[in-house]
Amino acid sequence: MSYVRLTNEVLDPQEAVDAIQTEADGAVVLFTGVVRNHARGRTVRGIEYEAYAPMAESQMRRITEQVEARWKLSCAILHRFGYLAVGEASVVVAVTSAHRAEAFEACRFAIDTLKTDVPIWKREHADDGTYWIEGDEAVPAADDDDVTSTELSETHNIAQPA
Amino acid sequence: MSEAENQITVRVRLFGHYKDRVAANVLENGALVVSLPADGTTTIATLADILAREHVGLNDLLAKTRVAVGVEFANAKTILNHNDEVAFLPPMSGG
Repeated sequence: MSYVRLTNEVLDPQEAVDAIQTEADGAVVLFTGVVRNHARGRTVRGIEYEAYAPMAESQMRRITEQVEARWKLSCAILHRFGYLAVGEASVVVAVTSAHRAEAFEACRFAIDTLKTDVPIWKREHADDGTYWIEGDEAVPAADDDDVTSTELSETHNIAQPA
Repeated sequence: MSEAENQITVRVRLFGHYKDRVAANVLENGALVVSLPADGTTTIATLADILAREHVGLNDLLAKTRVAVGVEFANAKTILNHNDEVAFLPPMSGG
């Protein structure tokens, strides 16, 4: 059993659990990713998530299929897009299992794979400007009212200590 | 099959800062529409060369992005067909 949903509405972690939990389960591992107020030493006010929706849904489904194939476990993934304020949930991953060890392992696999293989990007609103987060790089984004800006070559390494 | 006798058209989707590098008024429903030679050997690499010539900000696409056709990952050698949707995907940052 698996469940995925990409939505611009507020995420309810319980939705992911309810979608997959059965009476045979002794463990529910639930990961929730939330927007934090800092990155690279800067204050973050909020994050816009942009998705290539049809492919993002298809890749989320593929991850749940991999969890089923490799661990024989059920997995649910919810991801939000649009503007999120600090503290709001951007992603929820739930894995249910008879026992906890493989559920922890599968949940970690699912969120790690999501971060590299699901086409969704953060556009981070920091105190000194707006940045596209692309892997390990933060690339200054064009202003909302200036999409033809050409001053976009500078990059920052987000691996720097905060 | 092809729109004109010797051409196919594909829709190009750009994400992350690459979208900022193309003026919004050249996009049709969020995509660049590009005409390519219809000789059966036109690949994503061909498309990337054309985009690099036509748009100053898109000269490093294949060096920095992964690509997809439809909803499946593809690569520089993937052959393109009429009406394909090609997405250039910078390193992802969901979660």
